Amino acid sequence: MDSALLVHRLHFAFTITFHYLFPQLTMGLAPLIVVLKTLALRRHDELYNQAARFWARIFGINFIMGVVTGIPMEFQFGTNWSHFSRFAGGVIGQTLAMEGMFAFFLESAFLGLFLYGEKRLSPKAHLWSAVAVFVGSWLSGFFIVVTDAWMQNPVGYSKAADGSVQLSSFWELLLNPWAFWQYAHNMSGAVITGAFAMASVGAFYLLGGRYKEHGRIFVRVGVVAGLIFAVLQLFPTGDGQGKMLAHNQPTTLAAMEALFESTPGAPLVLIGQPDVPQRKIDNPVILPKVLSFLTYRRWEAEVKGLNAFPPDTWPDNIPLLYYTYHIMVGLGTIFIAIMVLAALLLWRGRLYHARWMLWILLLSLPFPYIANTAGWITAEIGRQPWLVYGLMRTTEGYSKLVSAGNGLFTLLGFMGMYTVLGILFLFLVSREIESGPVMQPAAAH
Amino acid sequence: MPTIWFMIVSVMIAAYVVLDGFDLGAGIIYLGAARTTEERRMILRSIGPVWDGNEVWLLAAGGTLYFAYPQLYASAFSGFYLPLMMVLWLLMLRGIGIELRSHMENPVWQGFFDVVFCLSSALLAIFFGAALGNVIRGVPLGSDGYFFEPLWTNFRLGPSPGILDWYTVMAGVVALVTLTAHGALYVTLKTDGELGRRAKSLALSVWPLQLILTLVSLIATWFVRPSIKENYLTYPIGFLIPLVVFASLGLMLVATRKGRELQAFLASCVYITGMLVGAVFALYPVILPASTDPANNLTIYNSAAGHHGLTVGLVWWTLAMILSVGYFVFVYRMFRGKVRLETESAGSDFGPGDISPDHARKSL
Repeated sequence: MDSALLVHRLHFAFTITFHYLFPQLTMGLAPLIVVLKTLALRRHDELYNQAARFWARIFGINFIMGVVTGIPMEFQFGTNWSHFSRFAGGVIGQTLAMEGMFAFFLESAFLGLFLYGEKRLSPKAHLWSAVAVFVGSWLSGFFIVVTDAWMQNPVGYSKAADGSVQLSSFWELLLNPWAFWQYAHNMSGAVITGAFAMASVGAFYLLGGRYKEHGRIFVRVGVVAGLIFAVLQLFPTGDGQGKMLAHNQPTTLAAMEALFESTPGAPLVLIGQPDVPQRKIDNPVILPKVLSFLTYRRWEAEVKGLNAFPPDTWPDNIPLLYYTYHIMVGLGTIFIAIMVLAALLLWRGRLYHARWMLWILLLSLPFPYIANTAGWITAEIGRQPWLVYGLMRTTEGYSKLVSAGNGLFTLLGFMGMYTVLGILFLFLVSREIESGPVMQPAAAH
Repeated sequence: MPTIWFMIVSVMIAAYVVLDGFDLGAGIIYLGAARTTEERRMILRSIGPVWDGNEVWLLAAGGTLYFAYPQLYASAFSGFYLPLMMVLWLLMLRGIGIELRSHMENPVWQGFFDVVFCLSSALLAIFFGAALGNVIRGVPLGSDGYFFEPLWTNFRLGPSPGILDWYTVMAGVVALVTLTAHGALYVTLKTDGELGRRAKSLALSVWPLQLILTLVSLIATWFVRPSIKENYLTYPIGFLIPLVVFASLGLMLVATRKGRELQAFLASCVYITGMLVGAVFALYPVILPASTDPANNLTIYNSAAGHHGLTVGLVWWTLAMILSVGYFVFVYRMFRGKVRLETESAGSDFGPGDISPDHARKSL
């Protein structure tokens, strides 16, 4: 592999992976904060207001990290992927510009009001500013998913004389069926991160015997939201996206499942290590015929294996694709199990005293992050060797005049910068959690 | 259609420079003008609710540039690779400097972020000025529409210049001085007391420098890119632009002396807009001139997106703009008036972020 290409791929992969740790919590927490504020307004209960303010503080720190790590993303289309930008800018420039114009302005204007304006606004107006931040962050996610969906499944374009692609139908671009399922699946994943974070902090307080009232609210809201969205993540959103994949990117599906030969009644591999040169799976644990059923709803249906496609259209890192996909699905299944169990205990009124369950909730915090990250790696590695599926290869898209040396210089710079940002983030958030949701009015000092 | 988008992108960039310019400027004068912790908090509070929104103009302008002129975006962003990455790092440092400073009541922590905020603001002003200088001077575009500039070569003009040469360094200094004055006038407007007075005298003392640099940069530009006079000679109405620039510069001085703070700040906004419009007027229809061969110039015609996309964009852009202006008017109205620490309890008015755990613990 040409080393400049490798550096530019790593550059984008590293910065986007780190960046997306923050927006998933932003987008996941925003609706939960709206729920807390609505409950506060309905029940006239100060506890819910304190709970909302506590999460708003964490939201604020998280949001600023998302903003500062997000700025480089837009720039990198031009800096590191200029040939791709020139080729596809006539189409995806639409959605990227719309993100700035519709989502960022909305978010940034109302974030200030939401974080800084509680005293200046009536409780209702403050709730609406929270709703505006919620809508802004979800709109932002929508435009980004539409952009990625176009790269996965290009629609609404025509080829121009100079070889670039140009928009031919605005609505086809926005209503790309791929984008619909991807957006639903992605946003549900974000809410899972938010719900697990809330439940985890709540469990932390309950286990430590501090802020018990708040801890119960956090656990309750987190478990209910977590259960709903963990189920939605599997069905219909994950299922819908899988069918889309089988139809539009059959090569990717075969590589994700490490299905080397086309098979009628194809098995689902639960665990096993793909051996690409030998075209087999080592140490497989399988469910017979399940892959055929999940994909086509028929036990005997034939699923196309990698042998049905020319090797130069295979994703270039099949083991990584296979693992990230299996990590995502495996964790998603575990999330459903955890949340069903926690919800049962909550329903029976035993959750707040079931210390073993609280420990599970506490320790499960990192796993939704891993699942969301693995899911995105699956989507992006799965699209390879294409940058725009079927239209442009990744090898054609990077900035040819930006050498590997210059790219590595800035990649290392970002690694250093993000290490510092990550440490600062963990430090500040753990301080907030440690100091707790009860704020004494500072005027008293 | 490419001309309409040329104007729209220019307006958005001007809006970014005027708006983020004052909070960058507030950052530049931050260490010099604000001596006590209270004064520093006042400056931070005067920009706290709006700086993020101001910076969004950069992202929105960047996105719109990408949408309207993908070829230009691809070429300029990859060609200015290193300085752009450094701008990104500075923007990040500055963002966390502003937002994280108030999370701990610790002099070492706050002192560190004070310096980060001030330095990154000053460097950003210089970088943005140098970027504009590069666009006016021209870059070594190849016939394929791409180029790559090292940070510096020999600091001289020529067919293969670096990002920094004497002309672009001068443009960076012009930007630094301009935004210093702009920020000082904003702080004068938003605060009073000792801090307001100091900001005012700072604005007055950089004024002569600003006048000299404006003159020098106009003359230098005349020599660096002689073709700038063509548009002015074809459309003599363009000569109004330098008139507006000097008139607003004069008004800045008069209004500041007489204590008409809002007028002085608005004059500075007009001055900045005038300088940018003057540059853009001279360039049109070129958006990135080539230092190699004028045939390689990127113009609004050879770098624009397809006609259908640009037409559709006009509809949603107008809608989004109306909405955004609505939000901004609303937010600025909510936070209008002078910043006063004593009338606002340090409680949730500054937002949850400001009630640091230390604060809470102290009061417990």
